[in-house]
Amino acid sequence: MTLKLTLNGTTHDVVAEPGTPLLWVIRDELKLTGTKFGCGVASCGACTVHVDGEPVRSCQTYVEDVEGAEITTIEAMSENKIGAAVQQAWVELDVVQCGYCQSGQIMSAVGLLSENPKPTAEEIDDYMSGNACRCATYQRIRKGIQRASEILEA
Amino acid sequence: MTLTTSRRGFLKTAAAASAVLLIGARDDGVLAAGSEGSSPFNPFVKIDADGTVTAIVKHFEKGQGPATGLPTLIAEEIGLRMDQIEYEFAPSDPKLYNNLAFGPFQGTGGSTAMANSWAQYRQAGAAAREMLIAAAAETWGVSAEVISIEEGIVKGGEREAPLAEFVALAATLEAPAEPRLKDPAEFKLIGNPHVRRKDSPIKTNGHAQYAMDMHLPNQMVVLIARPEARGGIATAFDDSASRDVKGFVNAAILPNKAGVAVYAENTWAAIQARDALDVTWDMSNAETRSSDQIEAEIRAALETSPQYNANDGDAAAAAQAIDGAATVVEKTFYFPLLAHAPMEPLNCTIEQTADGDIVLHDGIQIPTGPHMAYQQIFDLPAEKIHIKTMLAGGSFGRRATPDADYQVEAALAFVMTDRSRPVKLVWTREDDIRGGYYRPAFGHKVRVGLDADGNIVGWHHQIAGQPVVKGTAFEPMLVHDGVDHTSIEGVADSPYQIPGMAVGLTDTPKATSVLWWRSVGHTHTAYVMETMMDLVAQAAGRDPLEFRLAHLTGSKDADRNAGVLKLVAEKAGWGQAPSGRTQGLAVHKSFGSYVAEVVEISGDVDSGIVVEKVTCAVDCGIAVNPDVVVAQMEGGIGYGIGHAMRDHITLTDGAVDQSNFPDYEPLRIGDIKAIEVHIMPSAEAPTGVGEPGVPPAAPALANAIAAAAGPLVTALPMEMNGVSFA
Repeated sequence: MTLKLTLNGTTHDVVAEPGTPLLWVIRDELKLTGTKFGCGVASCGACTVHVDGEPVRSCQTYVEDVEGAEITTIEAMSENKIGAAVQQAWVELDVVQCGYCQSGQIMSAVGLLSENPKPTAEEIDDYMSGNACRCATYQRIRKGIQRASEILEA
Repeated sequence: MTLTTSRRGFLKTAAAASAVLLIGARDDGVLAAGSEGSSPFNPFVKIDADGTVTAIVKHFEKGQGPATGLPTLIAEEIGLRMDQIEYEFAPSDPKLYNNLAFGPFQGTGGSTAMANSWAQYRQAGAAAREMLIAAAAETWGVSAEVISIEEGIVKGGEREAPLAEFVALAATLEAPAEPRLKDPAEFKLIGNPHVRRKDSPIKTNGHAQYAMDMHLPNQMVVLIARPEARGGIATAFDDSASRDVKGFVNAAILPNKAGVAVYAENTWAAIQARDALDVTWDMSNAETRSSDQIEAEIRAALETSPQYNANDGDAAAAAQAIDGAATVVEKTFYFPLLAHAPMEPLNCTIEQTADGDIVLHDGIQIPTGPHMAYQQIFDLPAEKIHIKTMLAGGSFGRRATPDADYQVEAALAFVMTDRSRPVKLVWTREDDIRGGYYRPAFGHKVRVGLDADGNIVGWHHQIAGQPVVKGTAFEPMLVHDGVDHTSIEGVADSPYQIPGMAVGLTDTPKATSVLWWRSVGHTHTAYVMETMMDLVAQAAGRDPLEFRLAHLTGSKDADRNAGVLKLVAEKAGWGQAPSGRTQGLAVHKSFGSYVAEVVEISGDVDSGIVVEKVTCAVDCGIAVNPDVVVAQMEGGIGYGIGHAMRDHITLTDGAVDQSNFPDYEPLRIGDIKAIEVHIMPSAEAPTGVGEPGVPPAAPALANAIAAAAGPLVTALPMEMNGVSFA
């Protein structure tokens, strides 16, 4: 079937079977590789994208369910005020190690700051608990979100 | 250095045409220089005609920092800012880009990236500086003495000019044999905590290219259908259901029959087609044992005479001393199989060029392994095989298989095609958890005798488990007189002064495929040594810190371990935990570095332990990029604590029980509330940082739990042995 997907502000005609995870359309068809495959079962968060501004796990989101929605990936985060602040904080603090999970971490962090501009450490831990980082960069993710909050407040 | 006029005269024209200065080492280790296309060596630094400086990084980047660290060394010696140096990964060349700790073998491991590059890359940078200065001196007609390079600008008296102006002339000079390395007092970048990672921006905006991101034109994706237990053989398959999957191309039994390759147009089609494939397996030679049996074998081995004496100790004398001791402390420990589970599942892509060359794109840890294997598989000489190193999404040891497992699998899948299309091999997380290589299960049995005054009189230590290195290409380096060093490191070479110590080792039979796992033998030896030190201190009625320090004398190793212990005790406020909190301590030397950690917990084993804070002190010699060192300690602590809390791999009738993160649960953000890292100032050459943060973390946690009136956990993971975490 052919679908119209609106991704990062551009509408694409995409040919995909019903039931295809959005992740694989983004990565293999649209070749936007910042969104990562980590587990395929919504257990690690590496594939997190925004659908109408809400973080979702794209590995468990069927492509036909997001036709007509606004899909945003890491590649467009610099155009989002909160996204740019999070990216700035991440670079200032060198949050990344291997970096493979960080697109998903950033997409979730933006989701958190969108609904809670000044989260406590505990609120951060709760909200971010679904994003795994095998390098264990968690201390810096926590600080990075708090730093982004400061940047946005300034 | 001297200018060789005749050579310069000859090369000047050619060099001006290419105008690239390359500096590196020949395969005999001598510094050499030249211009592109004419050099008999591979460079560590390349300076283009426009002055762009590029560090050629011989180690892969899996997050541990060489893509920042090696450029730092070059930039420091030349006189550049960090934004004035680029990096690219070296091609595969086991002579010119070898790991000096491995011999003629290119690869990353053992936390050696900085330690074995420190001198090489500084020398190459210093040679570049001297050659550029010599060229400037000749151009300006002044003495080299008055010229310097600062922030990429060549300065001499009143004159200054960008590097680019001297590249062509410098490229005609011979490299100085022994360039002057900068004095540490002159360092601006080495040791500077404000130097940022080179790879942060691309890893933050989605542009970083990992091997998983390869999309070569017309490529196919291949997944492998694997048997339930290792050693199963594919005898037939029915792909009629796979044919209903749109994008399915073909399926074929691998030449080694270890699985069935499922080819498709894209990843999702390959996943579906593999799920739909019906394979007939011959399981007659497959693994059949369960982890309970493996544990029973290991525990039984601990009760028999060891196969090897691992430290030249006198076991009979130790036993006799312990038998006559006033107090005996005895414990048996068990450590389960563990998976590495790097965030990026294993994958790589192979293509054949129009010339018949083979190109491998891979986040590759040991290029020499596949480079050798591919010569046989493709029947090609080494120079027809090219390996492109890409960013790797973690490894923790998994990408460093001595048998190049996944690269060989990809090659076997590729040779069964007509080679007209690139083939990308993808592992899913289930492949990774179930089909992987594991930290072997190990057991320890320790008996320690104390006299009436609380002094150790004998330490009898038995270790049993499946060796990691024995039988691999690394055996000559790490197995001596039958003893696989990775089974006993951290015990037999402990910096503690322990009288009457005897260490025995028994290799247990092959249970599954095993592999080094971040910090290798130290993953279990540090746990045993450091929890035993607490128990023994307790039996002697002494403070764990004071007792350790009393046994850390008489050697430089001991002094450096004592140094980080004192530092961490001071920074953590040892002995002054706030109300409701309990501390535990551990120190361990590994990979040339010394790390001490204090874990502070709250809660209890029934309602749930909370890891409130981990304080760490590290002595890794000169910390080239201090913030990278801090990050590696933070990550190592998380890796050590996360697995100790809740992870194990178990087997039932040879099949792995776990399959994905829901049942191999990673450390999560809320599991450790805070980490604080302190670096010991040092003038020693740099040592490892990727692994040494791991070993002390789990025993420090175990000691804290025991100090809080919980059990001393002697079998991991903790959650399956009487401890709950909030």
